[in-house]
Formats: sequence, C-alpha cells, structure tokens
Amino acid sequence: MNAGTLSTPEEPKAGKAHTRFGDRAFSGLATAAGLTILVVLAGVAIFLLSEAWPAITAPVADLPNGENLVKYIWPLVFGTLISSAIAIVIAVPMAVAVALFTSHLAPKAISMSVSYLVDLLAAIPSIIYGIWGIAVLGPASVPVTQWLADNLGFIPLFEGPASTTGRTMLVAGMVLALMILPIVSAVAREVFQQTPKGLQESALALGATRWEMIRMVVLPFGRSAVVAGSMLGLGRALGETMAVTIILSVSGIVTFNLISSENPSTIAANIALQFPESSGLDVNVLIATGLVLFAITLAVNMVARAIISRREASGER
Amino acid sequence: MNLTNTKKEIEMADVEAGSSDAILEPPKPSAEARQVHAQAKRIDAEKLNIYYGDFLAVRDVTVSIQPNKVTALIGSSGCGKSTFLRSLNRMHELIDGAHVEGKVLLDGTDIYAPSMDPVLVRQQIGMVFQQPNPFPTMSIYENTAAGLRLNRKKMKKVEMDTIVEKSLRGAHLWEEVKDRLNKPASGLSGGQQQRLCIARATAIEPEVLLMDEPCSALDPIATLAIEDLINELKKRFTIVIVTHNMQQAARASDYTGFFNIEKSGDPGVLIEIDDTEKIFSNPSLKETEDYVSGRFG
Repeated sequence: MNAGTLSTPEEPKAGKAHTRFGDRAFSGLATAAGLTILVVLAGVAIFLLSEAWPAITAPVADLPNGENLVKYIWPLVFGTLISSAIAIVIAVPMAVAVALFTSHLAPKAISMSVSYLVDLLAAIPSIIYGIWGIAVLGPASVPVTQWLADNLGFIPLFEGPASTTGRTMLVAGMVLALMILPIVSAVAREVFQQTPKGLQESALALGATRWEMIRMVVLPFGRSAVVAGSMLGLGRALGETMAVTIILSVSGIVTFNLISSENPSTIAANIALQFPESSGLDVNVLIATGLVLFAITLAVNMVARAIISRREASGER
Repeated sequence: MNLTNTKKEIEMADVEAGSSDAILEPPKPSAEARQVHAQAKRIDAEKLNIYYGDFLAVRDVTVSIQPNKVTALIGSSGCGKSTFLRSLNRMHELIDGAHVEGKVLLDGTDIYAPSMDPVLVRQQIGMVFQQPNPFPTMSIYENTAAGLRLNRKKMKKVEMDTIVEKSLRGAHLWEEVKDRLNKPASGLSGGQQQRLCIARATAIEPEVLLMDEPCSALDPIATLAIEDLINELKKRFTIVIVTHNMQQAARASDYTGFFNIEKSGDPGVLIEIDDTEKIFSNPSLKETEDYVSGRFG
C-alpha cells in the first residue's frame, strides 16, 4: 500500500486552501444521499398527483358507484383518522410509562430485558398482529364491548350494538396501538435516559420523590421526544395496511361507534382490498385516496416538527 | 504519592497561633451558636463507612459539624470528600450499589434509621452542586419555587411570592432578576444561575446546606459573590462546603476538614478537622501541612 506517502506531512501550499480527497468524496456522497431523498419524495408526489388527476377531473357519473369522489374518500379518511387516534390514545401513555419504567424505575437487569422485549414487538410482522387481532383479541373483546354497550351506551363511542365477532374499530385501534408502542417507547426511552444527572439530583435534593423528580425534570426534558415518537407512531398507524385489512369488518359508513360490526375502512386497507380487482378509472380513484393519505401523513409530520421546534426555541432543549 | 516532609520547619516559622474566638472549639458542639439560631441543626457522623458496592470509598469518619458555621472539606481528587458530603443527605445511595455503614445524626436523629424517609432527610438537608443547574424548562420564579411546590402544595400565591422574593434576596439575586422573573432561567449567567440554585435550595428552609464545589465552574468575580453569600447564609443554615480551592476554604469557612488517601484504591479518611485558621497555619498533622502549603505529592 502507499502508507508511506499518506503519512508524509504535506507542505502547506500558499494561496487556495487544500481540501482533501476524503472530505470532498464524503461531502459529495452525503449531498447525493440527501438529494436522492428529495427526488424520491418529489417523484412519489408527482406520481400520485398525475395518476389521481383523471379521477379528480372525471365526471361523477363515471366514478365507481356513480358517487362523488369526496363522498367516496371521506369515510376512508374518517376511518383512517379514528383508528389512528385510538392507537395514539392507547399507545402514548403506555409507551411513556414503559419508557419511564425502563429508564428510571426498574433495576438494571429487569430494565434491560424489558426494553429488549419491547423492541422485539417492533419486529413482529404486521400480518401476525392482524391474525392475532382477529383470532385472539377480537373474540376476547366481545364481553367487554358488550358490557360497554350495555352500561356506557349513552356515550356515542360505545353506542352498540356490540359486534359478536370482535372485528371492530376498537380492536383495530388496539392492535395498531400495540404495533406503534415499541417505536414511541424506544424514542422516549432514549431521551429519558439522557436527562442530565445534575437536574435529576437537584430535584431529589429538593426533597422530591422519585415520581415528583420524573414530573419535574424527566418529562419536561423528554417532552419533545414523546411528541416526535408519537408522530412517528402516528405515521405508522395511518399507513398500516395488513392488520387493519384483516381485522375490520367494513361497511363504509361514517360513525364514532367503535364497537359495532359496521365500520368505516381505512385508506390503506381499502387500497389493499380493492386494488387487485380494479381497472381503469377505479385505479385512479384508489390512487387519489393514496394521495390524500400522503397529504395527511405529510401534514402530521410537519405539525410534529413545528411542535418540537417551538418547544426547543422556548425552553432551550 | 508520598507526602514530602521537607522544609516543613521553614513554613512553620511564619505561624502564629492566632486564637481569636474562644467559643470556636471544634469538634465539640457550640451551645451558644445553637441558641442564637435555633433553626439550624448540627450534624454528627459516627463511624461512617461509605461504600460503592464492595469498594470502601471513605473509612471511619467521626465528626461533628457545627450549626451556623461553615465547614469546608478539602483534599485531593478522589479522596472521598464529595462522597462524604453526598452521604450527609442520602444522595449517595442513589448510585447503584452505594451504601453506608454507621450513623449520621441530625441534631441527634439518625438519618439512616430504617424508619427515616430519604425524601424528608433531603428536605432538611439541601444541596448545591458543582454545575449550576436550574431546571431549563422553568422560569426564574418557578425554579425558586420548585421545592415549595413539592413540599407544601397548598401555598397561597401571595405567600409563595413572598418566599420567592426572600430567597432571591437572600441569594443576592433579586435586584438582577426582579424584572424578568418569568423568563427562562437558562438566560442567566453562570454565576447568576448558581445563585439561583442557592435560592432554590434555601427557599424550602432546610437546616443544613451542603455545597459540592459550588464555585468550580465560575469565574473569580462570581466566586467572590458566592463566598460573600455563604458568609451570610451561615446565619440561617449550617453549611458544609467541598472545595478544591484552598484560598476559598481559608476565606469562607470557620472549620476545615482534610481528607487524605494513602494511595490510589485505599479509602479516603478524614484525618484532621479544626479551626480553619489553625489548619492553614499550624495543622497538627504533617500530611495536612504538606497539602495546604502546596507541597503535596
């Protein structure tokens, strides 16, 4: 090799500063990688727009079922949002609790194995979650949803009549929650662990209990991480296909009733179900729904970024 | 690392036994001081051994820390003075495997008694750390009130305002921050932040204030400000300060204790504690003499 020439110190040259080959190669590669992301993103957006365009401009009569496009997409958007909302509502508190348990409460040995197991949840393929949801969680949920319908039926969410199969929006949302739990909790855990020792000790030295210390120092420190993790999870929940496809029994209505057997589908699940049998304008309609999903996830991410950067600006960290 | 004993006699020549205060007679308790300021308490460590897991870090410390006095702890790095300090308000045990043997008595009550809640101990024995570390998400006001919110939740706004002002005044910070109490504490300078931390620690009226190298991250001006403050705080609190800066110990403390370590890996031992003046002019032990006169190692 030419180790000898490499180790010779170079004479500093007058005039233009010398940039080394390695630096230039690295910065070139990094720039290229960054640009690729932009190109891919733009490509996807352009593809969706151009393919959805025929459906957007087509006369109502030509569309499937002779329905207005908005009327077709709205229940899907609704189903997507509500299943993801359930997932977030269930998953985020659990994920924060798990993250706190592993980062601050459990003894080291236990905390290591628990975080390992939680991370393992992320490795389970979504189809397995779907099968488990329909085979185990669904049937198990029937008595509970029945009880909810009987006793809390006055709340629109639990209006009933309760599904006898358990293929409900609630179960779909719960399975989604399980799927996003590891992401949210991993992000939160990493940041909770980095809470400065000095701050934690200051809180304890003021006579804070462990929980008070967590509320005073750890949670504020990790707040933006929790938001960021939740948004990552929300992104996954919005786009999740297989599990929802398998679990939901779909009827295309718009309802807040989470426990009946009549549910709106979600955009992703609907595409998965319809695409193989579609042709012509139907495909364009499905792609138009995809475009809406793309817009929703993009908006979610931008909101998340805004929240995080505002917190960073106001609180320094 | 052997302590040299050369030229000791020359240094000794300057020494004048300047015994000024008759009541300053450590390590015996000073009854008078306690009567004047009833709220501050004394600390007695009895045969205290401090461990990290199996490793004995500090061995057999028996000492009385006088109320309403400043006791400085000096010694080289790794000699256990910070460890000892942190064992006085049960912060030491927060490290995995860390524990102590022996007793630490706060006005006669063992803070390591099984029935003693460490949270209550820390409310009575506050602490200021090396790095100024106000809570970054809280305002100056909220930082000062943080301990109050924990300990006495149902406090009226007016009452809390009063205590916050008193604590900030007590920390010589009020004039500098009174117009921006609701601004983030992170906007303050290092010295101001450290005084804020002192205000935060004193707002809950502890009996004792432990300071772990409170000035080592500060510039000389901020350091002097803190030392002035310490001198005033001892009217209300018992103060124990760990410092690497011997001038600081000489300037700011009434008593000075010297921790020594025979060789790396051995436990630290508190080998001498006495009037600060005596420690810096005429210590009883050769090791102390060598250390304070800079002929250490």
